[in-house]
Amino acid sequence: MATQEIQYPDPAARVAQAASDELPDMQGEKMVLNMGPSHPATHGVLRLVLELDGEIITKATPEVGYLHRGDEKIAENMTYTQFIPYTDRLDYLAPLANNVAYALAVEKLMGIDKALPPRCQYIRVICCELARISSHLLGLGSFGMDVGALTVFLLTFTEREKIYTLIESLTGARFTTTYTRIGGLSRDLPPGWVAQCRKFLDEVVLNIDETETLLSRNRIFVDRTRDVGVISRADAIDYGLSGPNLRGSGVDFDIRKAHPYLIYDQLEFDVPTGSAGDCYDRYLVRIEEMRQSVRLLRQCLDKLPGGPDNAAHEPVNIPDGKTVLPSKYKVLTSMEELIHQFILVTQGVNAPAGEIYFSAENPKGELGFYIHSKGGGTPYRLKIRSPSFVNLSILPHLMPGHMISDTVSIFGSLDFVMGECDR
Amino acid sequence: MSPRDLALKLKERFGNLISDPREFRGEITVELSDPDVVAEVCAFAKASLGFDYLVDITSIDNYGSDPRWTLAYHLYGYGHHCALRLKTRVSEASSELPTVSAVWRTADWHEREIYDMMGLRFRGHPDLRRILMWEGYPHFPLRKDFPLAGKPSEMPEVAFSKSAPMEGGPFVTVAGGKDTVSREPRARNPESAPPDLSKVPEPGVAKEGK
Repeated sequence: MATQEIQYPDPAARVAQAASDELPDMQGEKMVLNMGPSHPATHGVLRLVLELDGEIITKATPEVGYLHRGDEKIAENMTYTQFIPYTDRLDYLAPLANNVAYALAVEKLMGIDKALPPRCQYIRVICCELARISSHLLGLGSFGMDVGALTVFLLTFTEREKIYTLIESLTGARFTTTYTRIGGLSRDLPPGWVAQCRKFLDEVVLNIDETETLLSRNRIFVDRTRDVGVISRADAIDYGLSGPNLRGSGVDFDIRKAHPYLIYDQLEFDVPTGSAGDCYDRYLVRIEEMRQSVRLLRQCLDKLPGGPDNAAHEPVNIPDGKTVLPSKYKVLTSMEELIHQFILVTQGVNAPAGEIYFSAENPKGELGFYIHSKGGGTPYRLKIRSPSFVNLSILPHLMPGHMISDTVSIFGSLDFVMGECDR
Repeated sequence: MSPRDLALKLKERFGNLISDPREFRGEITVELSDPDVVAEVCAFAKASLGFDYLVDITSIDNYGSDPRWTLAYHLYGYGHHCALRLKTRVSEASSELPTVSAVWRTADWHEREIYDMMGLRFRGHPDLRRILMWEGYPHFPLRKDFPLAGKPSEMPEVAFSKSAPMEGGPFVTVAGGKDTVSREPRARNPESAPPDLSKVPEPGVAKEGK
């Protein structure tokens, strides 16, 4: 019988032996983590492929396109007016602002953007600023919730609900507003709306203050956002960031100031900018932007041409039957209006051939429309320059070096919407 | 300094390659005749003319005319607050031009989107993959010869493998067509001729043979 010698060292030596065998393999091994497409912090359907070394991100690859609906293709196949509902679904947290930006782009192509009646311009500014407050309230609420401050979310959502009530009585819909028309608006302000809006402004100011007391000096919030996700001024410009993300990095640029559209040049407001370019600065910029929006709204409500209930019967549409639909009464009683109505509904407005790019300062950043027209009622090519798409392109540069828990802070502070990113 | 002055400076540097600036609705457009130098022109515009912000790159499909593709670069300068549109045309045979992602890093995703939607390739791009459509999708949906209803793709269980039914549409007409089909842009499908209406049986005729 052969004997076999069994090696049996003491337990401590055995563990040490095993560790020295395994360690060379363990070290430097990276884990790939899929975040999204359905993750609470991604606010939609963004997928992020993270390469991790322990808890440190070494590489981040965003995968977008899960919400791609082919809006640009659809736009080529319908009239300019028919595309307005599709703009609601770009940045679906600020549909009114998209409606206004799109209408202004088509009006610029037609050369009628300067001819809009003053009341229409004021109401459009009111729409834009209400949308900005609404979008920032949601952005900050979910930002706070993602980093652990749930109360903020409840607070801002209460206030946002009031905006939706206002929007509902203004447009008839809470979410999909489709409020603007080429050359005007779908309707004037309803009676009593201005008073309701003033009441809301008085309340939202208190709410913004309360949000600020909950977050700005909150130790947990500050620790999780300060010096996290720092975007330098040069990087912000190089990656084409816009809106609060650009201003957070210290670039003093706002399209409402640099290239005023509507009546922004007649209103007083300040453009807040950050200095460090971190998540905390972007948060501060949004807080201050809401206050400036309140300031703008108050000025608009005070100066509104025709007064709150339009006793002076100021028009809200361009007086041109070939651009704006005539009233139902006129269509049924007058031949000329009937013809205009028929042409507008079946063929759309008669836009000239040419190409324009128009961009507006939306809550998320610069929303631009490039329209290439060969004449007639349909665009030959309509390109949507969406701020969220461009803002997200910085992620592969920004994320490496951060801890995995920082992703939620960075996502919250970039405040993107996938409906707009993917189009 | 006005956008026109900046466009003239660009023309001064590159001579006949750059067209005379055109103006429409207050926007200045210059056209570059050779797409292969677009990266040099953009680098010069950024370094010497202060166009530090690339707003957007757009591609246009001039289906049926040559060269088929037009690219429009929208430049902006934070220093002088002037915008300029630089356009260049690319033939269908080459469908390729140099990348400007080395000039502005934001061009990376814009160029990926153009590749994804229209199929133009950018020479020297660091990561030219599809961005909005899924990896492996065989078509380029923003081309004019791609029907609105979509095309069937050989990828069962990955995504749509049939074209979408156009029920309810189309809703818009274009003046001048002979019948409804030719007046509706949605029904325009360059790959297939419009349906022959003379072969559609009269109501009631089909039931008779049954």
